[in-house]
Amino acid sequence: MSKFQGNKINPAKFHRSQLKFYVILLPLTVFMFLPVLYIINHAFKPLDELFMFPPRLFVQRPTMDNFRMLWRAASTTGVPMSRYLFNSVVVATFTVVTNILIVAMAGYALSKKRFKLKQKLLNINQLALMFVPIAVTIPRYLIIEQLGLVNNFAVHILPLLAMPVGLFLVKQFIDQVPDALIESAKIDGANDLYILTKVVMPIIGPAIATVALLTFQIVWNNVETSNLFVTDESIKTLAFYLSVFTDRVAEGSIAGAGLAAVASLIMFVPNLIIFIVMQSRVMNTMSHSGIK
Amino acid sequence: MSKINKSIAGVKAHIAPKSDYRLSTFWLLLPYAFLFTLFILIPVGLALALSLTYFNVIEFPEYKGVFNYVMLLTQDEVFLKHVLPNTVNYAIIVGPGGYLLSFILAWMLAQIQQTPRTIISLILYMPSMVGQVFITVVWRTLFSGSEAGYINALLLQWNLIDKPIQFLTSPEYLMAIVIFIALWSSMGIGFLAMIAGILNINQELYEAAYIDGIKNRFQEIIYITIPSMKPQMLFGAVMSIVGAFNSGWIGVALSGTNPTPQYSAQLLINHIEDYGFLRYEMGYAAAVSVILLIIVWGFSRLAYSLFGEKEEVQ
Repeated sequence: MSKFQGNKINPAKFHRSQLKFYVILLPLTVFMFLPVLYIINHAFKPLDELFMFPPRLFVQRPTMDNFRMLWRAASTTGVPMSRYLFNSVVVATFTVVTNILIVAMAGYALSKKRFKLKQKLLNINQLALMFVPIAVTIPRYLIIEQLGLVNNFAVHILPLLAMPVGLFLVKQFIDQVPDALIESAKIDGANDLYILTKVVMPIIGPAIATVALLTFQIVWNNVETSNLFVTDESIKTLAFYLSVFTDRVAEGSIAGAGLAAVASLIMFVPNLIIFIVMQSRVMNTMSHSGIK
Repeated sequence: MSKINKSIAGVKAHIAPKSDYRLSTFWLLLPYAFLFTLFILIPVGLALALSLTYFNVIEFPEYKGVFNYVMLLTQDEVFLKHVLPNTVNYAIIVGPGGYLLSFILAWMLAQIQQTPRTIISLILYMPSMVGQVFITVVWRTLFSGSEAGYINALLLQWNLIDKPIQFLTSPEYLMAIVIFIALWSSMGIGFLAMIAGILNINQELYEAAYIDGIKNRFQEIIYITIPSMKPQMLFGAVMSIVGAFNSGWIGVALSGTNPTPQYSAQLLINHIEDYGFLRYEMGYAAAVSVILLIIVWGFSRLAYSLFGEKEEVQ
């Protein structure tokens, strides 16, 4: 029995028997982390360290030169980097907020309402979890063209709003909200809008946070919409600009590697911060994520 | 029984008139349903329809029946010799393989204390959120063919090679590198779901199982852990498969060309792009899309039959 105690899941204390897991996990974690460590160090390296051979992982004399150079390099293309950044911030904000609203509304209806098509709709959404957007790029392009959305700012937002995983997670989470709570609000005369915003939304905070996180990851890193649906340079997004920029500087020049590292860091850090802030809420949501 | 139901219905009707109730359900569902139809349902339908036509974007699509599929499955040498085998290899290693890896990692993480677990899972999750720009930049530099490329520099230093290897343009290395990177970035929300699933299993189940004669950790996983978290296992499986197919752009991004050198890392997704956006044979590309969707669906079916409950979808 004492052996079993040592093997407990989610242990509160350290026990010798856990060592074997650390022996496997730690080297693997360090290995997985190396590329990230490399980018962080590279971004702060001065020119002579970028040229150093053999290359060294850790930066010796960190500098902000690469950041300054990236900012300046951007303004030579005609459209300043601040413009792309502004576009991305606007697009990301809109997409995240709208997606939360849409998904919470649909999730509430699918979880707490009783109607004929409910099970069918849930099944369709569940089937759509395995949807791979990249497979239907061409039909999507045709639809967007027909709708006249090419070179329209909304083209960055609309296609990303239909997010089956988001609806799925929120619906699962709303299932945990006791029916009695909603019934009593109804008896007090509350309508659906009130119940959704004042009763349901405050309780499903973790699921909302998770949807916000997942949406942000997709929208912030999204290169495709700028690439396919937009030709007007001034309404393209930061991710697109940086991907083109890094393609251009990556070939040949070693100084470019420092700039590319900065660009990668700019794309990565917002995601990282949001994830760290929301980490415990995401894990909370994930415990209700099962497909039954 | 029916009497009780009736009286419950009566009370409900009193609280909110039925028509009102239906109307609000309709409005609540409308925005999502509209966008879902517009950007998922119609595109899938359109892909099916276009796959039966010849369509070059300029002229109206011309109906061709299953011609595209016949061509694809009998005449398209690139598809049969490279794209299909590549995709199957890639999908099996990165999909089920990555899934197995994420389960094992999640299980080990559940056996350690909370603080180190949180830190390690954050680091393992990181590559799945870094984004396309980051992945391309970091791996293109690490595997760079010049001697300043980190991996080449290390191999040279250790005297394992005499001159730098052109990793990203050599057909013999590219696919392996693509699979490696896809695995590296595969610990996404499916992985997090599995950690949560394992942590949520009732501790008493294990104690009971030991009394019933389970002897080791392996039996514990087979008889308690997996059966108790089937829903999370299924969610994780679907996420792994979808993730694998969504990462199909890596080969083209690394080599910088579509098609990839000698089609060595050519996947279905790249083949679609090749025909759709480079040759403007949209009908043909749509047929490839349909095949891709069928393959994803097939993998998911497999996951459902392993972990789904009996009264599952279809």
